[in-house]
Formats: sequence, structure tokens, C-alpha cells
Amino acid sequence: MKIKSPTAVIPGIYLALFFAYLFGPLIIMVITAFNSSNFPRVSPWECFTTDWFGKLVADDKLIEGLGNSLLIGVGVVAVAIPIGLAAAIMLSQVGPRLRASLYTIFIAPILVPGVVIGLSTLIFWDRIGTFFNAPYESFFYDGTFLTIFGQVTFIAAYSMLVFLSRIQRFDTTLTEAALDMGATPTQAFVKVLLPFMAPAIGSATVLAFLASLENYNTTVFTIVSSSTFTTVLSSKVRYGLDPSISAVAVIIISITLIGAIIYECRNRYHSKGWSLVVAERPVLKVATHPGSVAAVLGLLAIGAVLFIQNHDSSACTAQILEDKRAIQQKLMEQQSLDTPAVTPAPTTPKLGPLGGEDTGGTSAPSPFGGNAGSIFSPENLSGSAGSTPSTSDAPTSPPSSGVGGIFAPENLTGSGAN
Amino acid sequence: MTFAGVGTFMTKEISLEHVWVEFGEFTAVQKANLNIAGGEFFSFLGPSGCGKTTLLRCISGFQEPTRGLVKIGGKDMKGVGPNKRPTALIFQNLALFPLRSVADNISFPLEVRGVDKKTRRKRADELLELIALPGQGDKKVSELSGGQKQRVAIARALAVEPDILLLDEPLSALDLKLRQHMRTELRAIQKQVGLTFIYITHDQGEALTMSDRIAVMNKGKIEQIGDGKTIYDHPSTSFVASFVGENNVLEGTVLTNDGKMMQIDAGLGTLFHVESHPAGGPALAPGDACQLFVRPEALKIAKSDNSLNQFETRFVTEEFEGNMRHIVLDAQGKKLKLSLINDGTHSIGASAPVKLDFAPALGIALKPGELASA
Ligand SMILES: Nc1ncnc2c1ncn2[C@@H]1O[C@H](COP(=O)(O)OP(=O)(O)OP(=O)(O)O)[C@@H](O)[C@H]1O
Ligand SMILES: [Mg+2]
Repeated sequence: MKIKSPTAVIPGIYLALFFAYLFGPLIIMVITAFNSSNFPRVSPWECFTTDWFGKLVADDKLIEGLGNSLLIGVGVVAVAIPIGLAAAIMLSQVGPRLRASLYTIFIAPILVPGVVIGLSTLIFWDRIGTFFNAPYESFFYDGTFLTIFGQVTFIAAYSMLVFLSRIQRFDTTLTEAALDMGATPTQAFVKVLLPFMAPAIGSATVLAFLASLENYNTTVFTIVSSSTFTTVLSSKVRYGLDPSISAVAVIIISITLIGAIIYECRNRYHSKGWSLVVAERPVLKVATHPGSVAAVLGLLAIGAVLFIQNHDSSACTAQILEDKRAIQQKLMEQQSLDTPAVTPAPTTPKLGPLGGEDTGGTSAPSPFGGNAGSIFSPENLSGSAGSTPSTSDAPTSPPSSGVGGIFAPENLTGSGAN
Repeated sequence: MTFAGVGTFMTKEISLEHVWVEFGEFTAVQKANLNIAGGEFFSFLGPSGCGKTTLLRCISGFQEPTRGLVKIGGKDMKGVGPNKRPTALIFQNLALFPLRSVADNISFPLEVRGVDKKTRRKRADELLELIALPGQGDKKVSELSGGQKQRVAIARALAVEPDILLLDEPLSALDLKLRQHMRTELRAIQKQVGLTFIYITHDQGEALTMSDRIAVMNKGKIEQIGDGKTIYDHPSTSFVASFVGENNVLEGTVLTNDGKMMQIDAGLGTLFHVESHPAGGPALAPGDACQLFVRPEALKIAKSDNSLNQFETRFVTEEFEGNMRHIVLDAQGKKLKLSLINDGTHSIGASAPVKLDFAPALGIALKPGELASA
């Protein structure tokens, strides 16, 4: 190997840093999903476990939120895509001056903060509901309905942008040709423009669906008493985080990866170069068909699910618990040796990481780290989970323990007014 | 080639009455008056941007005239959409549907009329046969060559079974050989099917060889309508004279005009005798300024010393074109072009003066007007 000059290495280093920045958090997140530690973290590594997935599936609130999110996503796609397409077609047909002002109007919802859209949607439909004397159960006050309409305002604008970039490449004489050949305007639209727009409709659908799924700013207002995936997740962050969130991330990342791989395979498979390569090799042709790739990935996924269902880490976790107990015991003994006059050590000390869930905020000092390093320690988190969330409007946080406490999860709870 | 199954086409005449098309301030077509007979091969000839496409769009219904009437088969077409007119337009850019196969392109007009799939396919195959692309129906449009695309566009237009086929420079993308081939092909299709063809072209040779009649346009105005010979031999305006073919222009003054013969002083030391022709635009009176046009091939090297219309020039340079030699000469500061057949008989010396003349019937005197820019 030749030694590269420093200037040749710099792009490589830059790329490495860039990818680390991009994917580092995701990788950490994935690892934490398999650590039995009660708080999502990589070290100290306790046990390899798949229990968090089980916990996730058993989490009714999250599943319900996910269901709502999917429903809202489908609703948003169904409404936003036709609106976006219509807007794009309109923009492509009007004169330049009208186009500029229409464009600004269509694009405005993207520029307006999501919070404002959420609030105004809520108020607007409430007014209308009041005007019609609608009962509280009517759709004017329904979280799903309001969220769909709130999100559509700006997601329709996103999809319009996608459509615009495609429609600008559309040759309008094609529509004229269709009309000239005797097609009605509807036929010209369905048989000529729509097929041309199909790829853009595909990507706009995916984009709209994802934008709806991950939206929080607007949704948090419009969802009213219901919940979506994002609102459930955010309340989880506030009231106690555990690695089942990492498990969610693993699932989402896996689905994305599988989708991306199949999509890329499909593209490569249909490329000119590859069709030449496989022309004489039927086995390779079958093996690289996106369908077979999808089947293999599907089997892998099923395998992973089976593994997750059947993996048992209870022996290891019990061992860890035992170890911790032993350490605690030792500490206690040490303490009682040093200061024999003080109260005797409890026989079953409450342990931070594993017992935190039900112990509340006043658990015994953690064997790891102690108070100084406790900013991220799970006790603090579980502490906030245990305490009733602050309902006061005052954004002041409860007294934090030490300088390092600014990042402490208690503060999260404190500032997050319910 | 047979045209069985192409269908029976009715031929309908078209008339434009005082048609104006304005885009805001800009006038694209001015007061176009025109009658095209059923079954005629009619061409529009003119420089780029003169309004040819716009006029065609008026006939096909994509453009409503600002003023005036478009009639097809005696019926006013105002408010009749392009899909309801008995016309089929072959677009300047062909406008084939890129996502459809060749056969699906050709059978598109049938598809939108609700013809069933089997009949459509049969018809597409017939038309593919007609345009000499049998068995290529399943190809993608992008897999065709330029000339094949052109033919597919023609087949698709024929599938409409129009009364009138409008062609907007359909051969412009082709190389010379294919173009000549397609010309004869188109003419053959037109003759056999008996359709009215309205044909737009930049190419004068194309217009002259194929058309029954030609309209020459400039800046939105129809300058002259006539058959190829009339347009070429007896242009009625300076623009037509200078745009169609090549022409030498001499500025001059009419001295006498007895209705048959004019005498013109062009400042070359000779009184030119030129025949007046009824098709040659408004009559010129003695004392009028005029432009005298003599085509390069009408100029001859004088055989005797005292022939009519003889004048003296000096050799400047020669452009060699294979079958022709184009000699540039100078007549008292005016550049003239002389075209000679390259039969090896002429030799023009650079030093001696060259004496030229032309027949009175081949000189064209017209009212001074705008010339086509080279
Ligand atoms: N929709 C329009 N709006 C404004 N001006 C137009 C429009 N369509 C055409 N024009 C103008 O009208 C004039 C005539 O255009 P047209 O397309 O008829 O020219 P053409 O004779 O077909 O030229 P070419 O031989 O280059 O195709 C041009 O100057 C063009 O700029
Ligand atoms: Mg044109």
C-alpha cells in the first residue's frame, strides 16, 4: 500500500466523521435496545436481552398511539396528495404573475410554525363546532379528525413541491396531443398526465406518510384527548424512559433498511447493465430479483422476531442482581465497620437500576457513580416517574442536586407543563 | 404499400376569414384570409416566428383567434374543442407518449373512443405496416430512431381518421436522405388517402416539391398564396422574392411602363427591360422607386456585345458547390451572385470585366419592401 498524502486523507476523515455523526446515535440506540439495564445506555453492559421488545408489545398506550398514527397517516395521504397534485397542476397552468402569488400562498403553511397551525386548527374547528352547536362527541372535537386536517395544511404543501419539480418536466404538448387525438380532458389527465406523475405520487405518498407519522408540534395540540405514537413517546421521555424506546428505534430502522434495500435492488435489477449481466445467468437472475431479496429479508425478519420471542435472559439478569446485591452488602458491611453506631443496614437494599421502576425517587445510593455522577443515572429518572407530574404553570425546576444537575431528568419534568 | 384498412376519409375544405391572433400587445397573425380545398396539399412557408404554428393551432382548435372565423367544411369552429374537430395535428416535437409502447401510441385515438383492445391492436398493426415498421409495436418510443418516431406520429394521426392532417415541420429532425424519402412517402400517403394536408416547413425545397399551393408568411401576415411555380417565378412582394430561393436585388426607378414591358434605371449604366406580370403585385408607374430582382440562375454571361439588359461586373470570388458554381461579382459596388452549372465550360478570369445579361421575362420589378434577412 502506498502512503497517501495528507490532502488525500482529509476527505476520508471528513467522510468518516460525517457518517459517525449521522449514524453514531442510531447505532448507540440499537445497542441500548439489547442491554438489560433499565435505562437506555451502552455501558455498563449488563446482559444481552430482548425483553424490551416484549415490554414494547405489551405497552398498550404505545400500541394504541401507533394505531392512531397509522390511521392519521393514511388519512393525511388521502387528503394531502390530491390537494398537492391539484395545486401543482394549477401552478403549472397559470401565468407567471399569478403563479408567483399563488405559490407563496400555497407554501405559507410550511413557513408557519407547526405550533401555530396546531393551535389555530384547534380553535378554528372549535368555533365551527360551537357555531353548529355540535356535541362534544362530534368530529369537530375529534383528535384524529383535527390532526388530519392540521397536518394536511402543510403536508399538502410539501407534496405540492414534490409534484412541482416533476410537472415542470412535463411536456404540455402531450396533453394537447391527447386532446387532438379525441381524448376528453379527463381522459387526457388519466391516460397521459397521471402516468407521468406516478413516480412523484409514489414519493410524495411516502413523504407525506412519514411527515405525518413523525409530526409532533402540530399534533400535540390537535390530538386533544387522544394520542399518537409521537405524543406517547414524548410523554415517555418525560415520565420515565426505558429501553423499549430503543426497541421502537430498532424496529423502525429495520423496516427502513429493508425497504431501502429492496428499493435499491429493484433499481439495480432493472438497470441496463445488470440485465446484460444476468441475461445468460438464470440462477443469478432469480437470486437478484427484488422479490427473492424481499423474501430473504422477510425470512431474516421472521427469524429475528422468533429469536426475540424465545431468547431468555433471566438467568443473566438474576446473576447481575445477585452481584449487585453482593456489592451492596459489602458496602454496607464496610459502612457498618467504619461507623458501627449508625443504623443497621437494611437487609434487602433497594437497588437502583433494576428496582428503580417501583422504588420511587428516594432509593438508596446507587452502587455505580454515587451522587456526583448521578445526572444521568436511572434513579433520577425513575424519581420523576414516581412523582406526580408538575401541573403548575411555573417553569421553574425543582431544586437540582449540584451543578451537573442541569441536564437531570427532573428538570425535564419540571419544565414540561402538562 | 397498400392503404387498405386505413379507412375512408372525407375531405373537407377549410377557410380562414380575417383571422387575427394577438398575445397581449403582440400580434402573431394578422388578417389571414385563406381557402384550402378538400384533398389539397397546402404548405405554409416562412421564417421562424412568423406565426405558422399559431395559425395551425387556430385550425386545430388549441388557439381561439382574437378576431375572425375558422370554418371547416363550411361550419364555424368557434367554441369547438380540439377533440371535437376533424383534424389531427402532428406536433413540431411529435409529442409521442413516452410511457406507452409504439402500438399503444398509435392506437391511443381508438382507446379514447372506447374501441376494444383486440381491434385496437389489429388497427395498430395495419398502420405499422403502412409506415413500414411492421412488428415494432411493442418497442418503447425511446427505442426508435428520429425518422421512425416521425412515422409513428404520422400513423397515430392517421388512426384518428381525420379529414384534415396538420403537420408542423414533421421532417425537420431528419437527415437529408431520410427527409427526401419521407417527403415522397408523405406525398404518396396524401395522394392515396386523399386527405387534406396542411404542412408547415422552413424548407423551401420541401414546400415547392410537395405542395399544391403554398402560403408565404412574414411577421404574421400572409404575403402570397400560389402554387410553387407562381411563388418562385412571380413573387408578388419583395419579401417573397427574397425569401423564396435566392435573388439578386437592385434598387432602381421605373422610367416607363406600358403594361407589358417596363424600363428601369438601376444605376448600372444600362436601361433594364423587364416584363410586367399580372401576378407580380401592384403595377408600378413611371417615376416609382422599385426593386429589381434577378435570380442567380437567370443571370447569364453575355454571349454578344450588344444584347438586351447587358451590364458590366468584376469578379470577386467563387463558391463551389459541386454541381453548381456560385460566382460573386461586383457591379458598381453592388454584390451580385451568378450560378452556373458546373459543366466545365465556363472560365471567369479575375482580371477582365465580366459582361452579364438576363432575359426580360426573368427580371422581376416590385415595389420596394422588406427583404428577408439572409
Ligand atoms: N402563447 C404565446 N404567448 C405569447 N406569444 C406567443 C405565444 N405563442 C406564440 N407566440 C409568439 O407568436 C409568434 C409566432 O409564433 P409561432 O409559434 O406561430 O411561430 P412559427 O412560425 O411556428 O415559428 P417556427 O418556425 O420557429 O416554429 C412568435 O413570435 C411567438 O413568440
Ligand atoms: Mg412553429
